[in-house]
Amino acid sequence: MSIQKWNASQVAKKVINNEELFILDVRNADAFEDWKIDGRRFKYLNIPYFELLDGIEEILPKIPTNKEVLVVCAKEGSSLMIAEMLSDAGHDVAYLAGGMKSWSEYLEPIKVGDLTGGGELYQFVRLGKGCLSYMVISKGEAAVIDAVRFTEIFTSFAEQKNVEIKHVFDTHLHADHISGGRHIAESTGATYYLPPKDAEEVVFHYTPLVDGTTVQIGTTKIEVGALYSPGHTIGSTSFVVDSKFLLTGDILFIDSIGRPDLAGLAEDWVGDLRDTLYKRYRELSHELIVLPAHFMIIDELNEDGTVAKPLGVLFGQNHGLNVQDEEEFRRVVTDQLPPQPNAYQEIRKVNMGKIAPAPDEQTEMEIGPNRCAVR
Amino acid sequence: MKSKLQLDAKGLSCPMPIVKTKKAMDTLNTGEVLEVQVTDKGALADIPAWAKARGHIILYQSEAAGVITFLIQKV
Repeated sequence: MSIQKWNASQVAKKVINNEELFILDVRNADAFEDWKIDGRRFKYLNIPYFELLDGIEEILPKIPTNKEVLVVCAKEGSSLMIAEMLSDAGHDVAYLAGGMKSWSEYLEPIKVGDLTGGGELYQFVRLGKGCLSYMVISKGEAAVIDAVRFTEIFTSFAEQKNVEIKHVFDTHLHADHISGGRHIAESTGATYYLPPKDAEEVVFHYTPLVDGTTVQIGTTKIEVGALYSPGHTIGSTSFVVDSKFLLTGDILFIDSIGRPDLAGLAEDWVGDLRDTLYKRYRELSHELIVLPAHFMIIDELNEDGTVAKPLGVLFGQNHGLNVQDEEEFRRVVTDQLPPQPNAYQEIRKVNMGKIAPAPDEQTEMEIGPNRCAVR
Repeated sequence: MKSKLQLDAKGLSCPMPIVKTKKAMDTLNTGEVLEVQVTDKGALADIPAWAKARGHIILYQSEAAGVITFLIQKV
């Protein structure tokens, strides 16, 4: 029977459209346990490819014939081998081109909303890693916030929209993924902003992003205003865009809050995190739509694939915003933290400009989930 | 322990290092040892996991200059 080769964008559509899919993941049990392609209506079977070298008879009864079957491995080779075995046994199957590596790298741009005077705000959803980047567009100009390292996706999107990237921001020094911000700024001539408190060790030039920094995008007055909101890192900064959207970086997520330990100072920063979430954010309009820099679970996605919810709703629903006792809050965000993201110390060094690994090494460093939150 | 057979799987990418390792092991008798050299990083996790699932014993494992070496005893 036939074998199809699917790319990550085809799989992303199935995630966003809540379609059914049966995934045969032939990676190691540990790798599958750690990180997989999440879909609300996806079913899974994990059996390592090396346990199927003598034949796939044992798993045939578990392979459905009434729904689409996708074989997935780390890079591609093993999934193709198993797909061929399934095809020989009479199944129609697909395999994922580039494997989990390509899944980790794929970005889906989705429009979040319209801005004053014809502007638009786009969210770039990196489904495989849970990273969210943003582009604010208005009258021929654009600002990019928390760009991941696949810079050509942002520059070509800007070209397509016929806008010039003028400002590039990182809400903080990222520890879970490699930022593309500095490189986008270099290639477009845009200004690159970074919070100075996170940038003490960086070895490149940047423009300090401080509380109250405001830029205007295009000729209409779409303001991107910075709000100092420490806690995940000491420099973490949020943005209010067009008085409608609150870009929270890694401070506040839809179903969780930022962890304070990835730069090594959980005890010191827990107070800052508390102040940001329980004081500074509470003074803002509850109508603001929260747009975080990450999601952790597929349930945080809206029907249209975006990750966004009104601040007022999060004050009611997000557990991390509803721990009244300060001591308990301290315990929640410093005890029992999840494992740290893969290679997070090296990733911080890359983002400081101290090391510049080859693209293949960067891919290896970014394998796995982002793990920036504490629930 | 001296290896009975050496397998050079350097430069091969997944799944070939394991496919070749398995074929080589099939030719050995119980107690004999296979030496495998690979460069694919995936093998670091996969070869021990495969050996464990099959009951073979990893006697030795090292990594130098990008080459990973395993000594695997057939059980």
